[in-house]
Formats: sequence, C-alpha cells, structure tokens
Amino acid sequence: MSVYDQLDRADRALRRSLVTPEGVDLNLRIGDSGQRIGAFLIDVIIQYGVLFLFALVLGTIYSAVEGKGAENVGVLYFLGAFVLQNGWFIGFELSPRAATPGKRFLGLRVASRDGGRLTAEAVIVRNVTRQVEFFLPVAFIFVAGALGGVDGLFYLMVAIWMGIFLFFPLFNKDRLRVGDLLAGTWVVRSPKRILMPDLSQTGAHTHAHFAFTDKQLQAYGVKELHVLEQVLRTRDRKTMAAVAMRIRRKIDWVSGPDERDEDFLAAYYAALRSRLEQRMLFGHRRKDKHDKA
Amino acid sequence: MAPLQLKSQKFREEREEDWRRLSFLLDKVEGGGAKSLTDVQLMAVPVLYRSALSSLSVARATSLDQSLVEYLEGLCARAYFLVYGARARLGERILRFFTHGWPAAVRSIWKETLAAALIVGLSVVVGYVLVRQNPDWYYAIVGSDMASGRDPTASAEFLRKSLYDGGKDQSLAMFAAFLFNNNARVALFAFALGFAFALPTALLLIQNGAGMGAMIAVFAAKDLGWQFGGWLFIHGTTELFAIIIAGGAGFRIGLAVAFPGDRTRLDAAATAGRQTGAAMAGVVLMLLIAGLLEGFGRQLITSDLARYGVGAAAAALWLSYFYLPRREGARRERV
Repeated sequence: MSVYDQLDRADRALRRSLVTPEGVDLNLRIGDSGQRIGAFLIDVIIQYGVLFLFALVLGTIYSAVEGKGAENVGVLYFLGAFVLQNGWFIGFELSPRAATPGKRFLGLRVASRDGGRLTAEAVIVRNVTRQVEFFLPVAFIFVAGALGGVDGLFYLMVAIWMGIFLFFPLFNKDRLRVGDLLAGTWVVRSPKRILMPDLSQTGAHTHAHFAFTDKQLQAYGVKELHVLEQVLRTRDRKTMAAVAMRIRRKIDWVSGPDERDEDFLAAYYAALRSRLEQRMLFGHRRKDKHDKA
Repeated sequence: MAPLQLKSQKFREEREEDWRRLSFLLDKVEGGGAKSLTDVQLMAVPVLYRSALSSLSVARATSLDQSLVEYLEGLCARAYFLVYGARARLGERILRFFTHGWPAAVRSIWKETLAAALIVGLSVVVGYVLVRQNPDWYYAIVGSDMASGRDPTASAEFLRKSLYDGGKDQSLAMFAAFLFNNNARVALFAFALGFAFALPTALLLIQNGAGMGAMIAVFAAKDLGWQFGGWLFIHGTTELFAIIIAGGAGFRIGLAVAFPGDRTRLDAAATAGRQTGAAMAGVVLMLLIAGLLEGFGRQLITSDLARYGVGAAAAALWLSYFYLPRREGARRERV
C-alpha cells in the first residue's frame, strides 16, 4: 500500500486546520501549484479573448468614424484594457464565491489566512500586486521587443525578476504569491461535492449471501477500508478483480459458485465497516491492519 | 433477516434532508447573491450551517464513510465562508468606503505620504536644475519614448503645438491614454514594490519626479514654463497625488517588512498590506479621474488660467476630502 501512503502524505501536506468559532476544524485543503497556474491561465486566456473582441468592435467603430473623434476610440481601448485587467480579478474575488472563473472552474477560492472575513482591501492588495508579479515583466518583454535595441542583460534582469516573483509560490508551503503574503490571504480548495450513495447500503440484498467470521473481519483497519471504498466507487473491473483476489487470499475465503467480485467486495466492505464502526463507538479506532488495538 | 443497519446509516438518513437543503441554498447564493434568498431561507442558513457542523463532528467520530466526511467538510466550508464572510450589502460597503474607509486609510499613512511627497518634490527640483545647467542630462532622465520629440533641441513652435493642439493631433490623445496606463502602472508598482524594503518605491518616485522636472526645464528654456505648467497641472495634481499616496502606502509596507517589531515579517507585511488596501483602491479611482481630466478635460480647456484653476480645485478637493477632520466619522469610530 505504499502508493496510498505517498498519496496520503501528499494530501496531508496540503491540509490546513481552520477552526470555526463553533470549535470544529474544517480541515481545509489549499490549492496546489498546478491548480493555481491552471486557474490563472484560464483567466488570462478569457481576458485576452475579451480584449481581442473589444479591439475588433472598436476597430469597426474606428473605421466607421474616420478622422473626427477617432482618437477617442484609442483612448477607450486603453481605458477598457485597464479596467478589464484590474477589474476582472478584483470584481470576481469580491463576489460571494470569492473566485475568478478560472478558480471556480478548478474548485478554488480566496480566503483570509486568519479565518476571518475576506475584506475588499485584501482582495485589492492581492490583485494590485499581481500587476508587478506577472504583467509588468511580460509587458516589458513585449515593449522591449517592439522597440528593439535591448541587450541580453535586460532580458536577464527580466528573467531574474520573473524568477523571484513568479516562482515565489513554489518556495513556501502555503503556496502564497507575494500578493497573498501582503494581503493576508490564501487560496483554498472549496469544490462543490455531491453526496455519494452510502456503499454499505447499495446492493445490501446480496450481502446476506456472505457471512464473514470475526477473524476474517479482523484482517484490516480503517485505512484499508477507505482504500476499498475508493476501489468500489471507481468500479474499475481489473482493479476490483485484483483487490478481491488479495482479500480472498488474506482471509482464506472460499468463493461460492459464480460469485461476482463486486458483490464480494461490497459485502466485505459493509461487514468490515459495520465492525470497525462498532469498535469505534467503544473507543477503538483501528488505524490500519498493523494496528493491534 | 432484516437488512443490517449501521448507526452511521441511520444518522445519515436523519440528517441528509438538511444537508441537501443547505447545499441548495448555498448554490442559490453563490449564483445570485444573498438577494436571491427569501427572508425565511436567509434565516435558515445559519441554523442549517450549525447543524451541518455538528453533523461533521458526529460523522468524524462515528462514520467510516470517507466520501460522507469529505462531502460534509466541503459543505461546511462553503457555508462557513458564507456565514462568516457575509458583509454588508455592496451598496452600503461602497458608501462606507467613500464616507469613511478611503479617507481614513489615506490619513493613517500621512507620515509616509509626506515622505513620498518630499521625495517627489525634491527630485522635480533636482531634475529641473540639472537640465537647466546642462541639457544633456535630459536624455539620461527622460526616456525617448516618453519624450516623443519634446527634447531640448525641439523648436518652441513644436513644443507650443504639443501643449495646445491635442484636439487635432490624433497621436496626443493616444499618448495621453498610454500615459494614463503608464502612470497607473507606476502607482501600482510604487505600492507593490514597497515589499522590497521600500527602496524600489523611492527609486520610482525619484525617477518620475526627475522626469517631470526635466520636462519643465525644457519648456521653461523656451519660455513656455507657465503654459507647460497649465498643461501639466490640470490633471497632474490628481495624478501626482495618487502616485504619492501609492508611494506612501509602499513605504508603509516596506517599513513593516524592514522593522516588523515583535511580529514576524510576514504578519507585519500582511497587516500593513491590509491597512493600505483601501488607500490603493482610492488611488486607482484617482488615476481614472486623472485620466479623464487628461484625455478630455485638457483637450476641451485650452486656456492656461482655466487649466490652473481646474488643477488647483482638484488638489484642494482631494486635500480637504482626505485630511479635514470629520466629526461624523469620529463618532462612528467610538461606537
């Protein structure tokens, strides 16, 4: 089960405790770097798409007006671009969902690090800083490329700059941008989950065919139960067959005629869970199969 | 044999209805704001939230259904952000920002703002003196793309045209918009770069101040100083003030990082960032107003005196808005 150990550790590295005023730990998960980058890319792509359409519309207006007042079209473009670039992040993060479309798509949201409310000031600060972190060096590169006559040293400086700001989130455990740091915010996962059916109830009518002895149910602990739950929810035929074989061998189970792997696993899951939950009510939470409790 | 029923199953059956209702209400709020709920629904949210929290505690203690615990964690987190993140309605918040938050935030960094203003003022003088003594300095201070031909070798005629011919010269309006974008960026950078111990902020302020001084020197050498002043003044008071406030906010953050006192540097920076956030929101607004004054006001108003008048009026308005003591605000603070 070493794969699951690693996954477990990776998951725990992203968990942060946030205790509500009612005294319950919400056990939040922070967004990892991949999700953050993905969300940002989605946002930027949509933004530039909108800007492009905006420019197209203004272009047609420009050619229609021709001459008189035409320069105002250019002014409009610059103002529009500014409002879009800054308003996009700030506006969306001030909404009740506290997330831009990119973050929404990946199930992220912005939250205050101290667990308090996310203030407008914090949102503004974290997004104003974004300008310096990303848009400034990018603009530099474009402008420098257009004007020409810049030497390698310039690009080196820009590279160092981007290296510091852009990769800042990779070098702290909370994946904070410089903007998050200043604003006292972080980005947490808050995906909308659907309530899955209780596995111990689905197909309960077939469970009666399986009678497990106490000894057979002592083979595993909570961790194995959770892995089994995942296997049953994923319903990959090959995995189920392999897992069923391992369990049968471990508990010396003699399969009946045409016994389906899934039925066997579901029945064993239900029985194991029932036993472990009962023991839990009496204060024994058996962590995994090595736990002697 | 009756189907085996676990305690955790019974528990889930009893509470499931409430969870689904809470989830439904959360969907509604996240889609359309708190307004989309009826009064009854709105009152139900905190109650359902607390019951979901207690469900989570129970589930953690009694249920080994991992997906159930995860579902409840997600649900509780969403509800938590709604219940404890809920603020006054947007309209009220905006109103409060204008009546209280913005001026208070600017007032709270008055020392840093003063320092930023002194730095800018000094560098304007330095830039002016340097260029008057030796025009070659101009090229070192002002970039060629910013100057767009307005350098010491330009004729007085050309310079005069650049001051008053905005309406006919297409590129000038574009230039103004570009400048706005540019100045807005300068302000944002002055703030954000404060993070690096405030040094880059100071450098940015000096560079901008010196550039302005150098420009004034060029125009003054051709006896156009008064006119250039008007050209600059109409929007410059608002814009420069915004940049100075941004610089002040940057200083505040830089000082907090450099001298965090008995807190960690991170905490100190976060506190300073939040204190100055409202001021920065105001700065962006000021820059927009300056942009409008620059793009349109300057083209419509070509009389020097009127330009000075508008600029001075704007400066007076900003100063009194920020720094005049207010009884109403003080009373609210005490309550």
